[in-house]
Amino acid sequence: METVLEKLAILADAAKYDASCASSGAEKRNSMASKAIGSTEGMGICHAYAPDGRCISLLKILLTNYCQFDCHYCVNRVSSNVRRARFSVKEVVDLTLGFYQRNYIEGLFLSSGIIRSPDYTMEQLVRVAESLRREHKFAGYIHLKTIPDADPLLLARAGAVADRLSINVELPREESLARLAPQKNPERIRRAMGGIRLKIEEAKEARKESRHAPRFSTGQSTQMIIGADSTDDLAILGSAANLYGNYKLSRVYYSAFSPIPDASAVLPLMRPPLMREHRLYQADWLMRFYGFAVEEIATGAVGGMLDLGVDPKLAWALQHRECFPVDVNRAAREVLLRVPGFGTKSVKQMLSSRRWRSLRLEDVSRLCRGIKTAMPFIVTADWQPGAAIDRLDLREKVAPQGELFA
Amino acid sequence: MRLIRLPHETDVAGWRDAARAALLVGEPPEALYWVVGDGAAGDLFEGDEAARTPIVAPKVPRAFITLTETVILHRDPGRFALLYRLLWGLQAQPQLLEDASHPDVHEAEQRAKAIRRDIHKMHAFVRFREVEEPEGAIFIAWFEPDNFIVEAAAPFFMRRFTGMRWSILTPDRCAFWDGNSLRFGEGVSRDQAPTEDRLEALWRIYYANIFNPARLKVAAMTREMPRRYWKNLPEAELIGPLIEAAGERAQAMVAAAPTAPSAHAAAEARRRPVAPIVDADPPQTLAEAKAQAVGCRRCPLWEPATQTVFGEGPASARLMMVGEQPGDREDLAGAPFVGPAGKMLDRALAEAGVPRTEVYLTNAVKHFKFEPRGKFRLHKTPDTGEIAACRFWLETELAFVKPQLTVALGASAAQALLGRKVTIGRERGRVTALPNGEALWVTVHPSYLLRLPDEEAKAREYARFVEDLRGAWAWRATK
Repeated sequence: METVLEKLAILADAAKYDASCASSGAEKRNSMASKAIGSTEGMGICHAYAPDGRCISLLKILLTNYCQFDCHYCVNRVSSNVRRARFSVKEVVDLTLGFYQRNYIEGLFLSSGIIRSPDYTMEQLVRVAESLRREHKFAGYIHLKTIPDADPLLLARAGAVADRLSINVELPREESLARLAPQKNPERIRRAMGGIRLKIEEAKEARKESRHAPRFSTGQSTQMIIGADSTDDLAILGSAANLYGNYKLSRVYYSAFSPIPDASAVLPLMRPPLMREHRLYQADWLMRFYGFAVEEIATGAVGGMLDLGVDPKLAWALQHRECFPVDVNRAAREVLLRVPGFGTKSVKQMLSSRRWRSLRLEDVSRLCRGIKTAMPFIVTADWQPGAAIDRLDLREKVAPQGELFA
Repeated sequence: MRLIRLPHETDVAGWRDAARAALLVGEPPEALYWVVGDGAAGDLFEGDEAARTPIVAPKVPRAFITLTETVILHRDPGRFALLYRLLWGLQAQPQLLEDASHPDVHEAEQRAKAIRRDIHKMHAFVRFREVEEPEGAIFIAWFEPDNFIVEAAAPFFMRRFTGMRWSILTPDRCAFWDGNSLRFGEGVSRDQAPTEDRLEALWRIYYANIFNPARLKVAAMTREMPRRYWKNLPEAELIGPLIEAAGERAQAMVAAAPTAPSAHAAAEARRRPVAPIVDADPPQTLAEAKAQAVGCRRCPLWEPATQTVFGEGPASARLMMVGEQPGDREDLAGAPFVGPAGKMLDRALAEAGVPRTEVYLTNAVKHFKFEPRGKFRLHKTPDTGEIAACRFWLETELAFVKPQLTVALGASAAQALLGRKVTIGRERGRVTALPNGEALWVTVHPSYLLRLPDEEAKAREYARFVEDLRGAWAWRATK
């Protein structure tokens, strides 16, 4: 029998391929009335960062890494020879509370391999969360991985105690799932996501009527693995856009397929495509906050893949030079948001500032980080890019030299 | 120049009183020099007295008060003068703060941002250590903030760790929570804080194992967790060794040959064969048809939709109602007529005296056709090809249910049933014949009622709809 220390090593290692770490978006609460511990104040907190650049916000572990499924990309698949371990409900509860008291974490992200049956496994996860919430009045963040085949009643119990639920679609294409994760059923995954969205919205409506209406998780998210199959970037983004629209997801995570210990013979291992993952996140941002449609992002892509050399907004702008330059002192918000180098915050500040002064290049450079990139695309009170926008070597001029990225 | 001495670093009230007094006599920013405590005054030069215009009733927007409370926590000695320059500017231009690119506004915003980040990092990087005391456990942390933020950051810990006794010690100030009240005291030295905790070994094991050596991104880590914080983070001692070993570990994983599946895996595979996805034999029952329709690929509508929404109701129903296609809600719930149009239908059925439980409800097309528009999915009318592709399922339902009367709700349903375009107005409210001779009754779709712009038309059309349903139900009863 392993010690808690040994189990933690195994079950944290088994959980690290899940990219989600968010602890934001929960309803605000604290422990002033309960005199227990725990709070969520809207914005999540990253308590540490690992050398892989990922934030550590939650105690992210598996209840067990035994699993009946045989998903080839997964370190925990049934055919893998990794060491197996299983936590008891109480061990997870104690670890969560102990780490939380020391301010190591915002809460718990609990997932599990499928053991015995989907219902059995889901109930184990729910019991951990229920123990934290009910016995310990824990008010920190709880994210539960949801098993799509589990009884809807268990899903309802999970939603009553968790802040976020997630189901990973893992691979956006049905044929890839059939090949690499034969036990996963895309129909059931989507149905479960649809059900969760309905429950979230119903609970929200009910809470508008009465503060005492039962609560339900405030968000759901998912993850797609990048590079384990041949799906191209545009298909991935199309799939993400569909998931955001259909299920109102808080986030879609993209996880570059990474070498795992004891890999399956079906999947060749290589360095994870980290830059590709980064570009997908940038494109995802463009869709969610900058008003870009997948079809527009596609015009900056080549053969279905995003340009690895420049970010997707710049790639789009280089293909649409007829839309530039734009006048920073006149252009509408949606137009300014499309200028390479301008972020949502800087655009907001420019709009506010230009009511009081005619913006000069110096003013703009104070408000945005990417002024060098933006210059050929903008006109200010004292700056005209002239013919720069039509230069054939514009891409080389504005492409960042060695981006802040390993 | 006049020297103003503030008693301590974060004296908002002191700064405000001094600033107000200076404004009242019209002292311009360049005439004032601000220091804290017994700080050195530097060279105070005697300049020409600038012309003074007293400001009789100084005014400040609320946003400036908040900004002041934040900026004053910054360690920069120039912050008092900066705030006074802004205050001075605000008297001539009350909207000054909206001009985000004004150098002073920008600088103050940068300072405020640094404070917010510093507070956020304190919330993130404080590490409590448990100490047993006669009256129970107490949690003590040592932290070194960049700025004077202890008072501003402490209430967060009170709201979060209400049920614990804790202290946060820093070189500037200390915060103490005894379970009931929050107190502050003078700064202390590091040796006042405990040096270990019983859970740190577990925390370090967690940190080491949640790290993925195949995706080293050290710059991304240090951007968010700068080195100056590392000395007070118990996990940070692992960073160096983890980085050093990462390359070799990642390479070893790639190089390792795949192993044979475990015996346990083979047993599992025998016990749980992967179920075949589609059953191609023609369905023998309505339930079988429903199960088969789940994997329908007869047209491309399945792909963006959530699921097939098959008909619902008793297989022995004598009345069958056919709508156009599932909507947003139906797509998510997997059942027909549960959204707004379904609610409208329920109301009308109740009013017409038709029990929904005795009706088989379905749609001409079994997947939701929509166009994504921002956060919404806009309904799109299915085209002839999609209706034709889905007729297989509709005919299957008709064949199993064998209703005495079929009601087509709207033009798409009528088209699906009759195989031709139909003008509802001409054919509604009476029995016509399906191509196979069975009886058909045509009326509008309930969503048509939802789309009518004015209340009067709504009421009139709703009444007609109820009449149609009542007529259909009555006709069926005569059979």
